[in-house]
Amino acid sequence: MAVVDQSAAPVSAERSAARARKPNKLFRNLTAKIAMIPLVFVSVGVFVGFTIWTIVYSFTSSKLLPKLNFVGFEQYTRLWADRRWLQSIENLAIFGFFSLILTLVVGFTLAALLDRKIRGEDVFRTIILYPFALSFIVTGLVWQWILNPQFGIQHIVQSLGWTSFQFDPLNNPDIVLYGILIAGIWQGTGLIMCIMLAGLRGIDDDIWKAAKVDGIGTLKTYLRIIIPMMRPVFITSLVLIAAGIIKVYDLVVAQTSGGPGLASQMPAMYVYDYMFGGQNLGQGFAASTMMLVTVAIILIPWAYLEFGGKKRG
Amino acid sequence: MSTSKYSVQIKDLDLAFGAVKVLNSLDLDIGEGEFLVLLGSSGCGKSTLLNCIAGLLEPTDGEIWIKGENVTWKEPSERGIGMVFQSYALYPQMTVEGNMSFGLKNARVPADEIKKRVARAAAVLQIEPLLQRKPGALSGGQRQRVAIGRALVRDVDVFLFDEPLSNLDAKLRADLRVEIKRLHQQLKNTMIYVTHDQVEAMTLADRIAIMKSGNIMQLSTPDEIYNRPQNKYVADFIGSPSMNFIGGDLERGTFKSGGIVLPMTGYQFAAPQVADRPATIGIRPEHVATGALVAAAPIKLDTVVDLVEPMGSDTLVWIKLGDMPFRVRMDGQARVHHGDHLTIGIDPSKASLFDTKTEVRL
Amino acid sequence: MADTAASTSRGPRGPKPKRIFSGTNILLYGILILVSLYYLVPLWVMIMTSLKTMPEIRIGNVFAPPVEITFQPWIQAWSQHCTGLVCKGLSPGFWNSVQILVPSVILSIVIASINGYALINWKFKGSEVFFVILMIGAFIPYQIMLYPMVIMLRELGVYGSLTGLVIVHTIFGMPILTLLFRNYFSSVPEELFKAARVDGAGFWGIYFRIMLPMALPIFVVAIILQVTGIWNDFLFGVVFISKAENYPMTVQLNNIVNSVQGIKEYNVNMAATLLTGLVPLVVYFLSGKLFVRGIAAGAVKG
Repeated sequence: MAVVDQSAAPVSAERSAARARKPNKLFRNLTAKIAMIPLVFVSVGVFVGFTIWTIVYSFTSSKLLPKLNFVGFEQYTRLWADRRWLQSIENLAIFGFFSLILTLVVGFTLAALLDRKIRGEDVFRTIILYPFALSFIVTGLVWQWILNPQFGIQHIVQSLGWTSFQFDPLNNPDIVLYGILIAGIWQGTGLIMCIMLAGLRGIDDDIWKAAKVDGIGTLKTYLRIIIPMMRPVFITSLVLIAAGIIKVYDLVVAQTSGGPGLASQMPAMYVYDYMFGGQNLGQGFAASTMMLVTVAIILIPWAYLEFGGKKRG
Repeated sequence: MSTSKYSVQIKDLDLAFGAVKVLNSLDLDIGEGEFLVLLGSSGCGKSTLLNCIAGLLEPTDGEIWIKGENVTWKEPSERGIGMVFQSYALYPQMTVEGNMSFGLKNARVPADEIKKRVARAAAVLQIEPLLQRKPGALSGGQRQRVAIGRALVRDVDVFLFDEPLSNLDAKLRADLRVEIKRLHQQLKNTMIYVTHDQVEAMTLADRIAIMKSGNIMQLSTPDEIYNRPQNKYVADFIGSPSMNFIGGDLERGTFKSGGIVLPMTGYQFAAPQVADRPATIGIRPEHVATGALVAAAPIKLDTVVDLVEPMGSDTLVWIKLGDMPFRVRMDGQARVHHGDHLTIGIDPSKASLFDTKTEVRL
Repeated sequence: MADTAASTSRGPRGPKPKRIFSGTNILLYGILILVSLYYLVPLWVMIMTSLKTMPEIRIGNVFAPPVEITFQPWIQAWSQHCTGLVCKGLSPGFWNSVQILVPSVILSIVIASINGYALINWKFKGSEVFFVILMIGAFIPYQIMLYPMVIMLRELGVYGSLTGLVIVHTIFGMPILTLLFRNYFSSVPEELFKAARVDGAGFWGIYFRIMLPMALPIFVVAIILQVTGIWNDFLFGVVFISKAENYPMTVQLNNIVNSVQGIKEYNVNMAATLLTGLVPLVVYFLSGKLFVRGIAAGAVKG
């Protein structure tokens, strides 16, 4: 039959023979591939390339300029001997722990309250979420002002007659982290509340009916049935909060600049100061690599639970 | 190039996603003006095959020829096909007219020609009043008509339908089925139609290809598929209520199972000499004679009624044949009850006999 | 009846409270109102302080409304406050932020929407791998990529300029926006794309004629996300802008409020803070539920 075709219309058959060959895979849908160049560049070039670059240079003695004279783990040894870095890590741990717990508890509680078929849900939600639209700089500055010992909360309580009242977190090294915490919670809980609310709305109404039929109290239903059902939502929230905490920078810069002393120093500030202020690039690279390691410690188990389990299940 | 007597040819087509073979070296020749239905349950590869013909999926190996031209590596729009989808796939932001003319505009057809063709297609499908509406304002049936219209204006030789009626309710489906059949009678285009609905397949097709896990199980006319299924899968798949199967042995031209003995006189064996072997007999519930018709049947059996399902137009009666449940279709007026005695008549020439091991027709 | 209505409209799902003035209800609303105060007080304090004169601030408390309203702090914060020798207030920072914001938002959204569309409809071998890397990249602390980025911008000759910052925002906004668009386009029926291909439309034809008109709501969500995100950025502004006159508003605000020189003018500081927060606040209050949708899209992966 193909023979008939060729004799009938040789030109056309020749063309179709040329088209019949399988085209080079590389050039199939070439436009789509060209359009994805930014994606490929950013994912491979920036996210992978830049990260590897910094990790490699963290093993060098780079000072003012990046230089490839390798010194092994010297930067890391120095890092972990630096009082400022150790203090930063300790601060981050304390701040992170309370921030995580409080944000989760407050976020979930508020979501549960808003889910009780209340009037004005939209109003309450708008009020609780608006700080999330504001920058950490604005958040830090306004709370710096409210916590100002001369004019803020301490001053007001004292002027009400309780003259011995002391609440000056931003100038007291022992409690400065809690001063930052108040502002951080204020800014961030709205987001978690919204995620939790979406999670609660995703729970089948029949669960509530079943619990009611079984005579389980409201609080017990939340604790024993709803929260376990919302595990994925909690894990997502946890990862989001944790990733945010590790990067915490602007808030502290605005509120305390890391003071008093080293009392509110954070790893991200350490990195910035050594990379762009202290002209000790090697230290900055090593510190930022440690930040990546911290994120990886949080992220890898989560990714394993979230994606690794599915393939086998 | 239309010297070829085939409209669409599939040559040794393979498609694998990784290690999973979706299409298994398929060969299929579809004649000029033929209505071919690809029938099978979900996952059998019927839609995949259609997508390969349309050029929406790249085959791993093999060739696709349309109108005597190898189109395996051509763009969908260059293949001379029109396609209708299950979800209609109308562009929501365009009017009906915009939907129908989109392809022609892409092909740089002159505006007056577009107008002419849209008007003609709209007349054929009786959707002229809808031309300025958006798809959101149309009913399911109207949307599918527009989708057919979109394929129609392209003036192509081959129409591809991917389960076009599956999203419609039962009554509308029956109406549109008739319309598609009428359209085919009128246009005489080649149509390749994918469905999982055997009624659609039986009513529309010139030929049906029944597919299962990437293979074609049987390719024949509806009549042939219904009366002479080539294997047990096809026999079981076609017909509602489905065929009764009884496992047993074929011994010198007689089927035996437990106490049942059926001499296969009048049965057309596939080969002149069939050796004894374990065999399965298949009998359609509607091919079992009851009442006055029993007298004419070559074989008569006494049974007891187990369960009765009245369906209005007819009645499905479950009986026990030996120990096996067996369905018999009686007319809607049949008055039988659980425990009644029922004499049935079986005509071996209407039965199907399969090799139990290979499941191939004997 | 009320129950079915609530469940079909995806309204609150908890059990129905019995009476409006029941004990639980008083507790419920009491807690919510108290919590609302915690969230509202900073906004109140900012506004009140910014409308007071300095003498009044020194004698009163931060929560009290002004006895005498003055707009002088606002004027000063906007156009007169001195940082070092320059006395132009925050307005240069505002205009810098606008000049950074507009191209960043446009560029990042255009690229990300094409990414999302291509990832769903024009997959090629390995395209998913790039997407996964991009998603992992969203969690990598920026700090580790800052210095190589400085080098890259310097090589391109845009380090320290607003253009450089636009590139940075486009790059770091890509993961979340790509995810947003990818999830949206994955909800568009694949058959629509197939129909367009049969109709002879190519990569750009399908993008502009079919996908773009359908994706308008998600573009609004992306714009909200990017406007607030880029406006609120501080770190990139500090790192990638080298000259003080190019600083975005947040950086300039921090320099004004946290400067150690001169007397603290709290009313001007609060007016400046409010001015900086105004753009995202306006976006927030205007966008309403779309804002929630944006952050939910960013937070919950599809």
